[in-house]
Amino acid sequence: MRFEMLLIIAGMAAVTFFTRFGALALLKKTGLPCWFERWLRHVPTAVLTALIVPALLLPQGRVDLSLSNHYLLAGILAAIVAYTCRNAMLTMGLGLTAMLSLRWLGI
Amino acid sequence: MRDYMQGARDSLPIMLGVMPFGITCGVMGLAAGLTPAETILMSLLVFAGAAQFICITMLGAGITGWGLIVFTTLLINLRHLLMGASLAPQLLKLPLARQILLAFALTDESYAITTNRTVQAGYSANYQMGSSWALYFTWALSTIAGVLVGSYIPDPLAWGLDFAMPAVFLAMLVPRLNNPVSVAVCLVAAVTAVVGAAYLPGKWYIIAACVSASIVGGLLEKEENHAV
Repeated sequence: MRFEMLLIIAGMAAVTFFTRFGALALLKKTGLPCWFERWLRHVPTAVLTALIVPALLLPQGRVDLSLSNHYLLAGILAAIVAYTCRNAMLTMGLGLTAMLSLRWLGI
Repeated sequence: MRDYMQGARDSLPIMLGVMPFGITCGVMGLAAGLTPAETILMSLLVFAGAAQFICITMLGAGITGWGLIVFTTLLINLRHLLMGASLAPQLLKLPLARQILLAFALTDESYAITTNRTVQAGYSANYQMGSSWALYFTWALSTIAGVLVGSYIPDPLAWGLDFAMPAVFLAMLVPRLNNPVSVAVCLVAAVTAVVGAAYLPGKWYIIAACVSASIVGGLLEKEENHAV
């Protein structure tokens, strides 16, 4: 193992831990203001949307609304299953099956 | 103990989605000229997929400046500040050692799983611990697998297995959209994320979408409260 590589990894680990622990360390002193809590309640919905939508609409880094975008097709199916069945395992199972079938059949 | 197991069990579909990324990470590390030990150590200590991919790509392209790589990692992971802040009211009640263990293993995935369970059955630190560390070991082991198989699987993502993650996240998001404010937050986040993903570098679109959509949510909720 090279020393400079070790330094890079240690630096990456340190800043990553800072981003994960920083909010706790900073908020410990002040506590959470009420307006801040009201905003934070919506963070999960915002994060989930921000993770899902680009993964489905821009799988290759640019917007792809065509039928050859398997992520979008399988995603629409998964959304319908999620809405009607409310079951995470089933949503994932059917979604992934659709995705792999589209891939392997080369549709 | 039950909560630990439940957290790990609920993470199973996500673990399946993490594996191809971990394998890819191991393969990419070697391809970029890192030694097997360096690649695995990075996964063990950093545990941040997106940041690792981008930094490995930079290293492979001959960019080895310490400051540049560490700063890039910081920017990519800034979104965790928001997630940490959103969990802070619960986490700050725990002993420091648990706060550190939970913060170290906080990822997009374990955050999503934990908040999903919080909505249904209340926050549980054991549940978050089970989910986070199950994902940690999945990431570590799949990086090791990637290093071992090396050149045999040139591109695990080509199979489309990475779709497992958006699919599980959909299952978590859809039940949350049961009131007008949440739907508005989702729409703002969707538009911002798509525009951001197309035009902003790195993972900035997550921060942009998260900040703009949660502010809209906070403002809308305030107006509703005034109306009542």
